Amino acid sequence: MDAFVNALTTILVFGLAYAMLLFIISVGLSITMGLMGFVNLAHGSFAMVGGYVTVTTAGDWGVPFIPSLLIAFVVVGLLSVLFERLLYARLYKAPELDQVLMTIGLVFVSIAAVTFVWGADPLNIQIPDFLRGNVDLGFKLIPTYRAFMIVIGALIAILLFYGLERTRVGAQVRAAVDNRRMAESMGINTGRLFTLVFALGSGMAAIGGGLGIQILGGVKPTFAFEYLVVFLIVVAVGGLGNIRGTFFAALILGVLDFAGKYLLPEGGAFFIYAVTLIVLLWRPQGLFGKA
Amino acid sequence: MKLWKTALLGAGAVALATGSAQAREIKVGFVATFSGGLANLGEQMRRGAELYHNLHKGDLKGDTIKVIFRDSKNPGGAVAKSVVQELITRDKVDIVTGLVFSPNAMSVAPLVTQAKVPVVIMNAGTSFITNMSPNLARVSFTMWQSGYIMGEHAAKNLNCKTAIAGFTNYPPGKDSANAFKNGFEKAGGKVVDLIPMGGPAKVPDFTPFFQRAKDKKPDCFYVFVPAGNHASAVVKAYGQLGMKAAGVKLIGPGDITQDTQLQGMGDAAVGLVTAHHYYADLNTPTNKAFVAAWKKAYGADTTPDFVGVGGYDGMAAIYHVIKSVKGKITAEKAMAALKGWTFESPRGKIMIDPATRDIVQNVYIMEVGMDGKRLVQNQKGVFNAVKDKCKELKIGRCGK
Amino acid sequence: MSADTSTTAAAAATAGRLDRASARRILLHDHRIRLIELLPWVIALGVFFLFPGYRLLATQILIMILFALSLDLIVGYAGIVSLGHAAFFGTGSYVAALLVSSYGVPEPVTGVVAAVIVSAALGFVTGWILLRTHGLTLLMLTMAFAIMLHELANEFAELTGGFDGINFAPGPILGIFDFDPLWYSSNYFYALVFLFLGFLFVRAIIYSPFGRALVGIRENTRRMHAVGSPVLWRMVTAYTISAGLAGLAGAIYVQVQGNVTLGVLSFELSGEILVMLILGGTGRLYGAFIGAAVYKLLESFTEQILGTDQPYWMLVIGVVLIVTVLFTRNGFIGMYDDAIAWIRRRRRS
Repeated sequence: MDAFVNALTTILVFGLAYAMLLFIISVGLSITMGLMGFVNLAHGSFAMVGGYVTVTTAGDWGVPFIPSLLIAFVVVGLLSVLFERLLYARLYKAPELDQVLMTIGLVFVSIAAVTFVWGADPLNIQIPDFLRGNVDLGFKLIPTYRAFMIVIGALIAILLFYGLERTRVGAQVRAAVDNRRMAESMGINTGRLFTLVFALGSGMAAIGGGLGIQILGGVKPTFAFEYLVVFLIVVAVGGLGNIRGTFFAALILGVLDFAGKYLLPEGGAFFIYAVTLIVLLWRPQGLFGKA
Repeated sequence: MKLWKTALLGAGAVALATGSAQAREIKVGFVATFSGGLANLGEQMRRGAELYHNLHKGDLKGDTIKVIFRDSKNPGGAVAKSVVQELITRDKVDIVTGLVFSPNAMSVAPLVTQAKVPVVIMNAGTSFITNMSPNLARVSFTMWQSGYIMGEHAAKNLNCKTAIAGFTNYPPGKDSANAFKNGFEKAGGKVVDLIPMGGPAKVPDFTPFFQRAKDKKPDCFYVFVPAGNHASAVVKAYGQLGMKAAGVKLIGPGDITQDTQLQGMGDAAVGLVTAHHYYADLNTPTNKAFVAAWKKAYGADTTPDFVGVGGYDGMAAIYHVIKSVKGKITAEKAMAALKGWTFESPRGKIMIDPATRDIVQNVYIMEVGMDGKRLVQNQKGVFNAVKDKCKELKIGRCGK
Repeated sequence: MSADTSTTAAAAATAGRLDRASARRILLHDHRIRLIELLPWVIALGVFFLFPGYRLLATQILIMILFALSLDLIVGYAGIVSLGHAAFFGTGSYVAALLVSSYGVPEPVTGVVAAVIVSAALGFVTGWILLRTHGLTLLMLTMAFAIMLHELANEFAELTGGFDGINFAPGPILGIFDFDPLWYSSNYFYALVFLFLGFLFVRAIIYSPFGRALVGIRENTRRMHAVGSPVLWRMVTAYTISAGLAGLAGAIYVQVQGNVTLGVLSFELSGEILVMLILGGTGRLYGAFIGAAVYKLLESFTEQILGTDQPYWMLVIGVVLIVTVLFTRNGFIGMYDDAIAWIRRRRRS
């Protein structure tokens, strides 16, 4: 029994931490794909650049960890505006295939660029002192860093829900996801809204990239490709443009992924893809997407 | 592609001076991982080989070496096989060398058998590889050399009754875990779980696997991961999960304390016990001279590691072949020259086993300690002239 | 909802590509073999004799063309976008390899036939299930399915060799011609013959009434439903044929190499082949030829000229992809069309 409870809490706690990372990174992708109908395969690149910015500020310049994450958010958010205006905006009405080609091109360029600047080896930073060690839950110790990730993820989720439900911009976003033409005819400047949301989503991906350094074995150029599949799956399972859906999809897939590797290391990675297939066949619009 | 310009110029001058009529240009195809997240391994190997070459280029008496570098890109076999095919047909190389990962070497074996080209393996450590072609000789190591000895040592000297082996799920990983299990159980211990931890191409999040091991409370946790970036992630996960405090001892082959990665691992690495054939901290005159030459050539903040030594000794083997084979270098002649070859390597005395064309060498037991702010390897034991246990015991494909 | 808007937008934009004149041209003339269509085959023969050191690269290009061609049948003609076509390529690969290594059937053409049958069957089953969805969902489903196969192959290492793959030696082709892993002479022609046959087959299909119906589905699915066309079945048929061809390409790929690794099922390969096809141009047969050749040559020559110590090839290809999207309408073949149109206009004025 003890072993069972132990295994269960392990899976829940670690799975939750991973799930939060998935959520923080994927939610931006979900909005981009839902709001703009844009197949953005370069989303992982923004997360990756966020990781590198964090490594540079926190590692090389000695900026404390949390401000470093915020710097990553701002830098990548601004950078993404540049890309959105220069490249993405030209292809909003283009066929999916063109979007695929352009964003894969961006992934290639970003991988080459970060390799030129930071090298091919994974880079790490030391965990700040206050995040070292363990938190005692009474019956179990959990690493402070994982607890921290869960808290950050929850905070961001709450902020997003609140922003989406209670603010003017949030209402505009919801309206535009539901029916873009209608929203436009009501006087919403969807172009500007896109840019804003794109920057916000990319910035959050950057935070995720910075947070992930500790648990994904450092940040490295191939990050942009390696984790893209997982982000895409989270978005598809959650339903495009659906923040709540993305949140629960991240929870389910994050916990399942950890459970699979923990309980059945021989075939662990297999699970989440099987689950994805089943969910999407059952509900092609995603768990929480509208039919 | 970086060609060895200095090599060509320097050796060319020598050729002119002796004016020897039968001066040969030996083309060496050097296949290793030079790009992507594992590029540091290829670079380390190249530096080792280059160091030997620069220290000994006068020895060739008129012959010159031209090294052609090709990138095997990933740990799989397909690219390695293609580039070796091109090296043989397009560049007409006399010798192929390098080969970081075992699947690289395996895919190349049938090709070099057909083309009758000799291969000096500088790293790839899966035991049975040398059985795959009569044209392969290995100067690096086999997973069984470190794994089996670590198993014995853990049971006898570290007081481990139970152990878990976690390994990256590809041939050398299975080999290493299997070797450890054999050694450990023969010495009276019991391996309670074997955990495959994903493939070698990308560094996974080790937490699920390590937490699983921790929850089963073994005395020792033996981990094999490929050298390079995996190692620091292993030590990090071990530290973060508080496994040391929980009484689980982390042990492994020296791949997990690779010298180039060691200083980045932090204090979580202290107390880690490994078995391996080379450590930069080895306290021998040959090694001290080697490390000094390395730092002089590549900078004070660099360090050789076992991959670098593989490159160094591999180039020494190639020099030996060039010096002892007259006329055209064929696989047959090269292998004849290499069988029984001995060399005073930075890792101690090494020999190529005439029967298996595999390496015979010392294996050291080391424990990581702290010297001021620097992590150091303290020698706890040595086993002399260790052969490949897998071929001795004829286990699985090693018996064929 | 939003997926709907995106697909309609995509369909509208694709439809916009096909102006009336070119539609007429396609319908009236394109099925006749023109002189310029001999060019790829002349080049293929020339490369064999002029650049013997590059036969391996050239063989790989031939196989990638066949693979891209199979993908074009669904992407370019039926409008089914897949990010998981390596599933069929890889299935063909493993069938061909396992026949030799585990089942003692070394004859390669037999292996090819078996590979085509198995991958087509897999295409039929998955197509029948997956093609009820569309747009991004379909994209994700094809992707997830391919990755699942990849994981399965990794798991059943006893059979597939797992990460290290299988090294095997196929016997003589039809019992007559030995493979030549060193000089790639028979290997090259083996791939070339199959590409040629595969090409004739695809060409015959797209100019058949069935092929026309596929284009109809791509351009306007609702209308095809309305005129009583069995849309799902036509799509499944196309998907099955495409899967079989991809399996064919996969089988040849591993047979000429004598080794198979998990890479044949990877997401990277699925992405790469889609990129090659779009780069060359979709829905135009020769897009596959140009795209695969340009991509592989760019990759290879960037590495030879600039080296591999930095991912220069990624930078070069990445920039080429972005520029292609921004400045052409349908990849390189679109550029060619525009150039021809420009010359005609010049001549007329």
